[in-house]
Amino acid sequence: MSKQEQHWNETRNLLFITLAIWFVFSIGIFLFGAQMEASSFRPLGYPLSYYMTCQGSLGIFVILIFWFAGRQEKIDEKFGFAEREDD
Amino acid sequence: MIKGKFIDNLPRVYGIYTGGFLVFIIIMAICEQAGMSAKAIGIAFVAFTVSIYAIIGYLSRTLQLDAYYVAGRQVPTVFNGMATAADWMSGASFVAMAGGIYFKGYGYMALLVGWTGGYVLVASLLAPYLRKFGCYTVPDFIGTRYGGNVARLSAVLVLTVASFTYVTAQINATGTIASVALDIPFGIAVYVGLASILICSMLGGMRAVTWTQVAQYIVLIIAYLLPVFWISNKMGAGFFPHLMLADEVARIAELESQFGLGTIKNTAADLATVPKGLAGITKAHSSVNATPWAFISLAVCMMAGTASLPHVMMRYFTTPSVKTARRSVGWSLFFIFLLYSSAPMLATLSKLSLMDPNLTTGIIGKSISDVQALDWYQNWNQANLMFVSDFNGNGTLDLNEFFMGGKAVVLATPEIAGLPYVISGLVAAGGMAAAMSTADGLVLAIANALSHDLYYKIIDPKADTAKRLIVARVLLVIIGFAGATIAAMEIQGILGSVIWAFDFAMSGLFFPLVLGVWWKRANSQGAVAGMLVGLAVGTWYLVHVRTGGTPIWGVSQLTFGIHGALASLVSMVAVSLMTKAPDSATQKMVDEVRIPSGKAILGRQH
Repeated sequence: MSKQEQHWNETRNLLFITLAIWFVFSIGIFLFGAQMEASSFRPLGYPLSYYMTCQGSLGIFVILIFWFAGRQEKIDEKFGFAEREDD
Repeated sequence: MIKGKFIDNLPRVYGIYTGGFLVFIIIMAICEQAGMSAKAIGIAFVAFTVSIYAIIGYLSRTLQLDAYYVAGRQVPTVFNGMATAADWMSGASFVAMAGGIYFKGYGYMALLVGWTGGYVLVASLLAPYLRKFGCYTVPDFIGTRYGGNVARLSAVLVLTVASFTYVTAQINATGTIASVALDIPFGIAVYVGLASILICSMLGGMRAVTWTQVAQYIVLIIAYLLPVFWISNKMGAGFFPHLMLADEVARIAELESQFGLGTIKNTAADLATVPKGLAGITKAHSSVNATPWAFISLAVCMMAGTASLPHVMMRYFTTPSVKTARRSVGWSLFFIFLLYSSAPMLATLSKLSLMDPNLTTGIIGKSISDVQALDWYQNWNQANLMFVSDFNGNGTLDLNEFFMGGKAVVLATPEIAGLPYVISGLVAAGGMAAAMSTADGLVLAIANALSHDLYYKIIDPKADTAKRLIVARVLLVIIGFAGATIAAMEIQGILGSVIWAFDFAMSGLFFPLVLGVWWKRANSQGAVAGMLVGLAVGTWYLVHVRTGGTPIWGVSQLTFGIHGALASLVSMVAVSLMTKAPDSATQKMVDEVRIPSGKAILGRQH
């Protein structure tokens, strides 16, 4: 397998992981809105369903993008496809 | 004070600007104490901020193509994040969102999840690859990746439909705020708003829009956060509202049952006396009140729409590199998060101020005549945003007898909570900044697509730089006027048209964009089918539901993008597989796009 194919494979795997986490917090947990509301786990005292819609999922997305960007940069560097300063 | 290149001095320039704005707020506060009228303060706020944007727009004028189309590709990560956040957060986010949450609760908050989750798709699926491509506009990518004028034209069509739906709503919002703050009729205010929008973008294109958007973000975030923190502290709810309002949320639930929410219903005859556009509280504040499908389908549409809307995507064409484009998406979402996470807090504080009889601001349970005598009630009643009526004739105001317009939650809460008027002036300036910045981005996205993709690439490929830039500016003005004319007709509410814009964009562009990078086999015929079929099916479904047709799969007029995008995906894959695979040059181009290093596909000036 060429270097470029390996790079793309790892990039694609990272995409799948990122999208899986994204799926859980944007779609998955909201299948269980009523259960979240009834849950005794109440972050900062808010009902869990309320908390996730107004802060929880949103904050996780912010962290997820920075994490994804960092990982992708590592993959690019590993295969020598990172940009040089003068590009 | 400022030496060297502008780009190197950005933190200092905007630091001074922010300090200057805070000083301006303090001066206004002093003027208010000295007896300046509320109206004069409102005018001062809007006039001061808009003239600053106009100065920035003038200073950023340019005669270069890459500066006009992509701000010279030198906008640093964090500043591009701020500009994107302003580009993104429209009049709807600023003025209407807290109101929507106030009235509809959990089901409405799907928009918060959708409008943030979409950025994960932007960062992982599209932005870095389109940045590597080196295109000026979104149709530029479609046209080059798939090849052929038909693909390019289809992309221009979808882009125009989606962005135009969106931009009329933003010009409408600009007009609404300008008419309230400057006290002029809406029909004129719309054109005042348009003039301010055009000043910011006409001379400098993307470069001017970038630097005004950063300035607008600073104004709008101060204008949103300051009242939220102030009210929370004044009420004793906690000095950091986002982390400390759990008791208040619980208290609202308690009051809701005490006041008989959901058990006492208004008769149709009573409701007929309520002015149009105003609503009472009919849904619980925090409990789950939507089916999982209703919530998720709305969130999915907003996420896919986010990834397909051209005015957001083209912001990532302005960063210096692929790496910075990726990081910049994270910063964009961070700056958006600051406002979005505050909207539910504002809705909570606003509702509690009105409902809690233990607070001096509470009006529910007070006598109707006392409420009608309140200064702020009279003001907002006159503005047609508030209404009370003693339906049951008991002399006191019950929860089901109080009605408010959605905009009032943001615009009137500072006054209701007893904050000085200077804050209301600030909020008006913030709303104006939010609506203007989004309108700027959208008008520019449409005008650039028409001038670059339609005029230069298809009609007159030999046009020189000067001619191209003149065409771009003329189109900008034409589109602005068309948008303002439609906005002045007030066909539709602000929020409704914004949501439609997302559905249109998702129907036509989501899969052609994503598969352009992630599926090498996708070809021109497939992409054209995907764009046109998606747009047609989406539009057909919207008309179908609007004209009383039975919804299919519980998809409403707000989520018609589900059917549009699905049709787009199916037709794109089917047609691609039935026709010839793209040639090896195209396949190689896709390979090139997938790695950050190396030359861009399209040259610096093209």
